[in-house]
Amino acid sequence: MKTFKFSALAASAMAIATSAPAADLEVVHWWTSGGEAAAVAEFAKALDATGKHKWIDGAIAGGGGTNAIPAVVSRMLGGDPVGAAQFNHGRQAEELVAEGLFLDLTDLAEKEGWRDFVFPTSLLDACTLDGRLYCVPVNIHSWQWIWLNNGAFAKAGVDVPSNWGEFVASADALRAAGVAPMATGSQAWQSSGLITNVLAVSLVGTEAWARVNVQKDAAFAGGPEYAAVFEAAEVARSLSADIEVTDWNLATAAVITGQAAAQIMGDWAQGEFAVANAVAGEDYTCLPGLGENKVLQLGGDAFYFPKNKDADVEAAQLELASLMMSKQVQVNFNLKKGSLPVRGDVDLSAANDCMRQGLAILAEGNVLPGGDMALTRDTVESINDLMVQFWNSDMSAAEVQQKYAALIASAD
Amino acid sequence: MQNDMIGPRGPKPRSIFRLSNLVVYGTITILALYYLAPLYVMVVTSLKSMSEVRIGNVFALPVNLTFDPWFKAWSSACTGLKCEGLMGGFLNSVIITVPSVIVSIAIASVNGYALANWPYRGANIFFTILIFGAFVPYQLMLYPIVIILRELGVFGDLAGLVIVHSIFGMPILTLIFRNYFSSLPAELFKAARIDGAGFWGIFFKVMLPMSLPILVVAIILQVTGIWNDFLFGIVYTRPESYPMTVQLNNIVNSTYGEKEYNVNMAATIITGLVPLTIYFISGKLFVRGIAAGAVKG
Amino acid sequence: MSASKRPNFLFQNLASKIASIPMILTAVVIFVGCTLWTVAYSFTGSRLLPRWRWVGLDQYERLWETDRWMISINNLILYGILMMLFSLALGFLLAALLDQKIRGENVFRTIFLYPYALSFVVTGLTWQWLLNPDFGVQKLVRDLGWSRFEFAPLTNNDWAIYGVLLAGLWQGSGLVMVLMLAGLRGIDQDVWKAARVDGISTWKTYIFIVLPMMRPIFVTAVVLVATGIIKIFDLIVAQTDGGPGLSTEVPAKYVYDMMFSSQNLGQGFAASTTMLLVVLVIIIPWSFYEFGGRRDAK
Repeated sequence: MKTFKFSALAASAMAIATSAPAADLEVVHWWTSGGEAAAVAEFAKALDATGKHKWIDGAIAGGGGTNAIPAVVSRMLGGDPVGAAQFNHGRQAEELVAEGLFLDLTDLAEKEGWRDFVFPTSLLDACTLDGRLYCVPVNIHSWQWIWLNNGAFAKAGVDVPSNWGEFVASADALRAAGVAPMATGSQAWQSSGLITNVLAVSLVGTEAWARVNVQKDAAFAGGPEYAAVFEAAEVARSLSADIEVTDWNLATAAVITGQAAAQIMGDWAQGEFAVANAVAGEDYTCLPGLGENKVLQLGGDAFYFPKNKDADVEAAQLELASLMMSKQVQVNFNLKKGSLPVRGDVDLSAANDCMRQGLAILAEGNVLPGGDMALTRDTVESINDLMVQFWNSDMSAAEVQQKYAALIASAD
Repeated sequence: MQNDMIGPRGPKPRSIFRLSNLVVYGTITILALYYLAPLYVMVVTSLKSMSEVRIGNVFALPVNLTFDPWFKAWSSACTGLKCEGLMGGFLNSVIITVPSVIVSIAIASVNGYALANWPYRGANIFFTILIFGAFVPYQLMLYPIVIILRELGVFGDLAGLVIVHSIFGMPILTLIFRNYFSSLPAELFKAARIDGAGFWGIFFKVMLPMSLPILVVAIILQVTGIWNDFLFGIVYTRPESYPMTVQLNNIVNSTYGEKEYNVNMAATIITGLVPLTIYFISGKLFVRGIAAGAVKG
Repeated sequence: MSASKRPNFLFQNLASKIASIPMILTAVVIFVGCTLWTVAYSFTGSRLLPRWRWVGLDQYERLWETDRWMISINNLILYGILMMLFSLALGFLLAALLDQKIRGENVFRTIFLYPYALSFVVTGLTWQWLLNPDFGVQKLVRDLGWSRFEFAPLTNNDWAIYGVLLAGLWQGSGLVMVLMLAGLRGIDQDVWKAARVDGISTWKTYIFIVLPMMRPIFVTAVVLVATGIIKIFDLIVAQTDGGPGLSTEVPAKYVYDMMFSSQNLGQGFAASTTMLLVVLVIIIPWSFYEFGGRRDAK
């Protein structure tokens, strides 16, 4: 932190000395934890190091941007736009893009050849409207992981499972040893992501998932093949019943301490294991795609740059966009964030075992678009509401499937 | 008339050891525990280290007393990249609260006075709309007000926030001022009229000097309300002027990483200190003012 | 009470009208204007930005087909009734106790009132912490030896709303207590004397004589408590975030989440318009009765 402060100081001192276009760039995001802040600091450091522009941090806590988005939108409507804004990579900002409220980054991207090194290239598609590019994807986070505490399985006298089926089979032994088989937080996005993203993709397959989420085939979503998702969800619900937690990271903590044996959660969970000095492969095991279907979903974060009248601010915006995409910043940022870089041409020698598995899957191209890219926020939130209701009640698999199919039918 | 409302006016005192008195003291003490428990928990949690928080129950006294959570909450808790705790937000909150309280009370007191003493046709319709406005969820006013503030050219400025607080404080404040001025003896007003005093003359020379009790109530309500506001503070300001509540939200809502309950509790106490102090100091005046303003409907 | 009548009512009390301009503007532009704006846009398919895309009653149809909205309404009714009853009862009880010439009245009054100085965010966090099964009350009682004691309302679908009620009452009942105390102190001493002469017991005097005399106080208290109930939002967000499941969702949170998380302004506006309709149906007749007619009758 000290070095960062020093470089920021040096940068601002230099900013005074130079006469090149310089601006303060206010960046709104909702990365407010230690690990996330360390990651976003890499962006700030890079911008401040230009010696021209200054990063003004506008962090607003609240998962999914519940507090940040109203602030960003009202600032745009009020004629006082922020310099840059984080959104989930996908359809979260599509309407603002369509309204022409964001800076067009196409020229910059063409000049720097983003299409040549962004991997997979489809990451840029979610930022594109009518052939023009409006955002910078900064990382890849995927949902399809299960995290297992090796010690818990040793205690129960069973082998660490290598797939979902083996894990379910080990539940009785775990319970007999006084270990909760699974920990799942009670917030809507957790149970929803677990069911509609992880179980669906891992157990029924990539194509089936795409048919429901991308093509919005409601009949298929309500059909016999997809029923397996919700039958598995019922199992997962009962396996998670032994332990009550709210936040995902508290569920992760329960796995780290051995109170629970497993958690289905996205790759951001490995940051928690890292903080607890747990070693992948020794203390814990991670199974991408639940060990059944090794696939990653391309979710993540992206930055958008609201149009601004001030030419200096625009220069700073373009500079920041360029920096976020640059090799060194991508590496520094993603190592701290625990996510995968959006460039295929960077060296991640510092990555741990689980990250390497992720990179390998990425290299093989076993990827599918994130749920946020396929569905609008409205649909995602409605599904979240349904799933959390299912998760916290005794709703049957058949009933939740039928309601889910109805939501898919009304999705746009 | 207001002054003799302070003392107890209930039945005559009885011997302390009578059964009914034991019931009274017993009940009130048990109820007091319900009100005190959360404060107690906040304080003891804020004085423990995280390792202690994890193993004990929330009521246990700290074994190793530490003030670190307080220092951290005040000056080094992180929000994104800024690790400045609540310190900066404190000044912002003061800068927002002081003018907002003054302006909103000035407007509402004149409203109440006009409604109580100088009614005009339609006045009660506006007043009814105002009262209805007290029930409107703030959320649905957010965007239209953004547009209004933009057209006024005060979006993002302190002035804009002062206007917003004046608007949303107006219903309840106008109600209590109106009730208070209605409760003052009509003779005072008539005498001043006969002496030739006009609308403003009577307001400043007769009404305002008699308004101390209700002003105290208004100030307490507004300082509390505005100090505790989160929604307007986040939507109508820029990051450099975020009030303390926004920073509190930032500190306690870190969605990733361990929840530092001790720091969170210290931060909540610090954020609540200003309104708390005001209540502790002026609680008696508050009751007196409410008595003066609310007795007459 | 009013000034003498002049022939032209436009100029009657002119200074008063000029002084009321901020109030009139607020009432007309903000409360009426913005409300109409919201109502109008509730018939549109607006998403993240207000846009004039007419969809008729679609938003309302969807609203009443949404489980979460129905749960929110049910919760608001349950919470509202209980909150109103308990805060009035508790407020009156506390005030009556404080009115017994007890020692340390100031101390007790401060204890009952201080939570009102704290924001809902603080209230929600503290009670979440207090009701946490692993650290809070349940753990305390279990540590004392009653190892099967169960008290974890916030983790139970059916009980969570009562956990919120516990926090809401804690925060809000002190203000009601102050209002009631002020009312009690405003009762003429002769009433007590007369009741005593007639041999009416203390509690009967409170309930049958003093309580009816405090009607104006109750009106103020009901307005204050009711506005708090309808707008309940921050407390839920801080304490339960609507959970577990959807068991503590409330309408104001539905509105907010629709507007900003789901980015469906039209749906949020339809929900808030529905809330307003309910408020209007209750408020308008009542407020005309309370604030309109009576003034002329004086």
